[in-house]
Amino acid sequence: MEKFIRKEGLVAPLDRANVDTDAIIPKQFLKSIQRTGFGPNLFDEWRYLDRGEPGRDNSARPLNPDFVLNKTRFEGATVLLTRENFGCGSSREHAPWALQQFGFQAVIAPSFADIFFNNSLKNGLLLIQLESKIIDELFTETAAKEGYRLAVDLEQQTVSTPSGRSFSFEIDAFRKHCIMNGLDDIGLTLNHADKIRAFEAKHKVAQPWLFS
Amino acid sequence: MKKTLYDKLWDTHVVHVEADGTALLYIDRHLVHEVTSPQAYEGLKLANRKQWRVDSVVATADHNTPTRNWDKGLEGIEDQVSRLQIETLDKNIKEFGAKIYFPFLDKRQGIVHVIGPENGATLPGMTVVCGDSHTSTHGAFGALAFGIGTSEVEHVLATQCMVMQKYKNMNIEVKGKLGLGVTAKDVALAIIGTIGTAGGTGHAIEFTGEAIRDLSMEGRMTLCNLAIEAGARTGMVAVDEKTIAYLQGRMFSPTGVQWDQAVKYWSTLQTDEGAHFDKVVSLDATQIQPQVTWGTNPQMVTTVGGKVPDPLLEKDPVQREWMQRALKYMDLKPNTPIVDIAIDKVFIGACTNSRIEDIRAAATVAQGKKVASNVKLAMVVPGSGLVKAQAEAEGLDKILLAAGFEWREPGCSMCLGMNEDQLSAGERCASTSNRNFEGRQGPGGRTHLVSPAMAAAAAIAGHFVDVRTMA
Ligand code: SF4
Repeated sequence: MEKFIRKEGLVAPLDRANVDTDAIIPKQFLKSIQRTGFGPNLFDEWRYLDRGEPGRDNSARPLNPDFVLNKTRFEGATVLLTRENFGCGSSREHAPWALQQFGFQAVIAPSFADIFFNNSLKNGLLLIQLESKIIDELFTETAAKEGYRLAVDLEQQTVSTPSGRSFSFEIDAFRKHCIMNGLDDIGLTLNHADKIRAFEAKHKVAQPWLFS
Repeated sequence: MKKTLYDKLWDTHVVHVEADGTALLYIDRHLVHEVTSPQAYEGLKLANRKQWRVDSVVATADHNTPTRNWDKGLEGIEDQVSRLQIETLDKNIKEFGAKIYFPFLDKRQGIVHVIGPENGATLPGMTVVCGDSHTSTHGAFGALAFGIGTSEVEHVLATQCMVMQKYKNMNIEVKGKLGLGVTAKDVALAIIGTIGTAGGTGHAIEFTGEAIRDLSMEGRMTLCNLAIEAGARTGMVAVDEKTIAYLQGRMFSPTGVQWDQAVKYWSTLQTDEGAHFDKVVSLDATQIQPQVTWGTNPQMVTTVGGKVPDPLLEKDPVQREWMQRALKYMDLKPNTPIVDIAIDKVFIGACTNSRIEDIRAAATVAQGKKVASNVKLAMVVPGSGLVKAQAEAEGLDKILLAAGFEWREPGCSMCLGMNEDQLSAGERCASTSNRNFEGRQGPGGRTHLVSPAMAAAAAIAGHFVDVRTMA
């Protein structure tokens, strides 16, 4: 996993509440057994006018000109600004993969769905929760100014606007440590292998039927 | 200290806690299916890691499997990408091992959330994970069950643990008795309609109250299945005699002395009197009516006697815009009575409602009737091979076939349409599944979530109808 400390980038506004994982990456792309290649199909049903299929050449497909990510002014965006309950729905990790592989490094919203939240942070896609009022302001500013960028500082836990305003956000210390250092969760957990084994032995005595 | 059921399940599985509260939680049962596992197994291979505990894994193929042409075997899977995913699971299980594997075509194969409980592979007091959000289903047994992503699948395979923070406790109490013709599905949709799809976010929900105790195990599974649609990663119901009676004699249920020992322990899996909940929501069961969703999110729901709402009456601009978008997608006009909405297809199945009780409910409504002529397809997809066999033993397939329903092989099918069972653009479906998101059942398809009885009634009438008024 790539380290994330400070990043700064163009903001794309997706002004919808309750964006679900079926919208982020439709099911036909879940048939892949790879971990990569999902970027071109991010928001597939919104981005294109025809139906996407795995393995198809996406560059030849007709784009929906009304969809925000298809507007030239948001080309190259790395920060997605959106509304509440983003990522609700299924546990597909293909959703954060698609967002990341499209180029997003951070998503800012008033709230996120739980499983999506975990999946994203495990991949180093930073999810930043800010108050609705602040989100409203950011939407207004993004609309008002072409080339609007935000700086995300994970170390300081802040998001800063071009005018120098800065908002702080919360993140668990442990997760912050993992993302900042690009650490592999499994390796960290296996450092506790003795504890896991000891727990297992005790558990087996208490509930032997779980092991037979 | 007084503990909730969730507190008890959590405490008995904590291996280690970091200073900020992040815990390592031990996992007893890991259910694996073909869609969210390939990248996890590949990750293990690349890192040269082994599976921590092979006998914790129960695997099946369900999402991509076809519901027809089983006699042709793997050749019957027309979509080559689907077939590769199913074959990849075969290969991975062969290489890494499992306690048991119900592959495609096995007579116990089925939807992962149906086969776990029916084979006694889900037991009270367990922590259960699966790379699928509807894993909350297994909480019906007084188990702590979470849907996880692929990185977490890999993590559990390699370490037998999950890294997580403890959720808050939420109690959803449904008091009183449900009316005739009102089912667990209606209760679940009514709850989501009340608290919203983010209402349970950050919480572990325990469902309590007389109406919940009255539900069968099938009903409790339907309810817990939908906990995730209320935003909660896990939902649960305390253990009682029904839980224990259901499990006796199942394939992997304990036997002999261990059964007695287990029952003794399971009987303690309830919330202590007076334990603290961070959030409490109370519903009156007698007021719950059969539900029908009208929008593109399970929270967009009303009663069968209700109408499509008018976005103009919504004050919050974000919500209003969201409702307008949903009505446009669903091609519905504000104030249309729900019973005036005609349907094109009916899907009875999915891990929400594909168990024997659900099929019985559908057959009871369909008995001696015919599917309306405007309904192009009414399909019943049992949740597993065992459910299918049981239904056939009871003659339910005959009743459904005589009424004009199709009777298919088990799997996820049109719940998400990863196989060829899909809605075409613009088609409207009465579905017993759990998600009515845009494109969920096929691109441009329009989904209305209902109970199995209501879906069968809609198939007969050709439009939504209050099943309680059908003769
Ligand atoms: S039936 Fe539907 S919701 Fe259930 S596991 Fe299958 S795809 Fe997921």
